[in-house]
Amino acid sequence: MFPGIPMLNYDVVVIGGGPAGMAAAVRAKELGLNVLLLDENDYLGGILPQCIHPGFGLHYFREELTGPEFAARLAKRLVELGVEYRTAARVMEIRNYSDLEKVVIFTSPSGAYQAWAKAIIYAAGARERHAFEIGIVGDRVAGVYTAGEAQTLMDIYGVMPGREVVIVGSGDVGLIMARRFALEGAKVKAVVELMPYPGGLARNVMILRDFDIPLYLSHKVVEVRGRGRVEKVKVVKVDENLNEIPGSEFWIEADTLIISAGLVPSVKKLTAIGVEIDPSTGGPVVNDRLETSVPGVFVAGNALLINDLVDYVAEQGELAAEGAKEFIENGGIGSRKWIRVEKGENVRLLAPHRLSGERDVYLYLRVARPMEDVELRIPEVGKRVKLSLATPAEMLRVKLKAEEIRNSEKLTVEVVRE
Amino acid sequence: MTKTYRFTCIVCPLGCSIEVRIEDGKVVGVTGHTCPRGKEWAVEEATNPKRVIMSVVPVEGGALPTVSVKTADPVPKELIPELMKFLMELKLEAPVEIGEVVAEWNGIKIVATRGA
Ligand SMILES: Cc1cc2nc3c(=O)[nH]c(=O)nc-3n(C[C@H](O)[C@H](O)[C@H](O)COP(=O)(O)OP(=O)(O)OC[C@H]3O[C@@H](n4cnc5c(N)ncnc54)[C@H](O)[C@@H]3O)c2cc1C
Repeated sequence: MFPGIPMLNYDVVVIGGGPAGMAAAVRAKELGLNVLLLDENDYLGGILPQCIHPGFGLHYFREELTGPEFAARLAKRLVELGVEYRTAARVMEIRNYSDLEKVVIFTSPSGAYQAWAKAIIYAAGARERHAFEIGIVGDRVAGVYTAGEAQTLMDIYGVMPGREVVIVGSGDVGLIMARRFALEGAKVKAVVELMPYPGGLARNVMILRDFDIPLYLSHKVVEVRGRGRVEKVKVVKVDENLNEIPGSEFWIEADTLIISAGLVPSVKKLTAIGVEIDPSTGGPVVNDRLETSVPGVFVAGNALLINDLVDYVAEQGELAAEGAKEFIENGGIGSRKWIRVEKGENVRLLAPHRLSGERDVYLYLRVARPMEDVELRIPEVGKRVKLSLATPAEMLRVKLKAEEIRNSEKLTVEVVRE
Repeated sequence: MTKTYRFTCIVCPLGCSIEVRIEDGKVVGVTGHTCPRGKEWAVEEATNPKRVIMSVVPVEGGALPTVSVKTADPVPKELIPELMKFLMELKLEAPVEIGEVVAEWNGIKIVATRGA
């Protein structure tokens, strides 16, 4: 109890108004729960309103939408259902008093509040890795942005961050930013990729050819120089163990450096209440209702693991809402036992980690390295799924039926040659 | 003159490597595809590549300073720089509805993908 801070009461508080949070809030409301959705931005949608390219919603809405269009559809549903939400509402802290007593403390333009809830759905998304995390040294200059910062500047505020651009990272985000800069008339001088293969989907790698953008594979940016603003960046070649090759360095002149070196689930508020984290996903360890190790705290979207498809993010939001409903009704998520899911050969990360065997479940996973003509196998239950291509750029999703796995103690997932 | 184009197909996640050979402006061979859709895509990509184009346009009086827009249909690649010039001159005023056609250029509709 926090005397003097106005107190609100809900069944569920959803933290984060991106696709995961909106889908969760919509589903929770449909299930008859009294729900509050909070987001610190001035608008709903999370990162979607700034992702103005097409490529969203093929599964979820069976139609190819841009990010803002996808967000608008979910927001419309939210409003139609009368879901209570607040923007410009920043969650400062979560407290877990007991299974059905949790508090979310947030600030908003009208002051601070304590929202009590029986369950929490945490959908706060991810943060971007910044220059220092990938070991870039040099001058502290203007003109160094993460891809998301540059995207917000260009596609929300209409401000061009620079004219001569070097992009670090060839994942989808880096490639999409390369296209945005090129379309707006900037010169993209290079996309620099540490790995020997591009990190993005084929349809996005095509962008490089569209705009004659050089791609340096097995290279990294190590240094940035300039007076006041970026003037040049130093690039060096790496060997197969990703070690720098002496004497291979060269400089590229540019006024802007864009870092697109991956996302990390944003989990600080969860670790503060003791939620167990899986080091390989960077997100919480969860069961098949997406419940974390703290009962009644659920997680969905990029806060759970980094997704490349918004469709899966929304699906996770709905699942978390169903978990919250069950939790509130039964005073907990029960299972006679939990089946452990473990990473086998060529699996870099996966979730969920514990299955009840009482319901069908989707496993989300990423492979460690690109491979053609492979099979996803779970030897314990004799499951085999053929895949013509598996790359780290594309999250795999497999459905397991309750009856397939019910009698197992443990499942090992591997992606191996046929 | 013979030209060979190599593409990674983007029609589905299979990602076939397709080769299209063009002689004097005519398609003389397509290899590497596994389905007719892939073949069709690769031929169009070699002969008349098109893209859906997106950008943002400044807007007066909206909640955000811009609205995002896209072309209603794919645009031939060589026209893209000209289209971008057109979009850079464009200015809108709120209210703008999502899905509204906010301009037209050479018969190509420009559709708002965010409201304002
Ligand atoms: C550049 C880019 C391009 C992409 N392209 C595609 C694509 O083409 N197709 C596709 O399907 N997917 C794409 N994705 C992936 C997909 O859009 C994301 O995985 C998805 O949007 C993640 O949703 P989320 O709800 O988990 O997180 P987010 O959208 O990040 O939402 C999290 C929300 O939580 C809020 N929040 C965080 N902390 C707090 C707090 N303390 N208090 C209150 N609110 C808080 C944030 O303000 C934010 O609004 C792309 C992603 C990026 C970054």
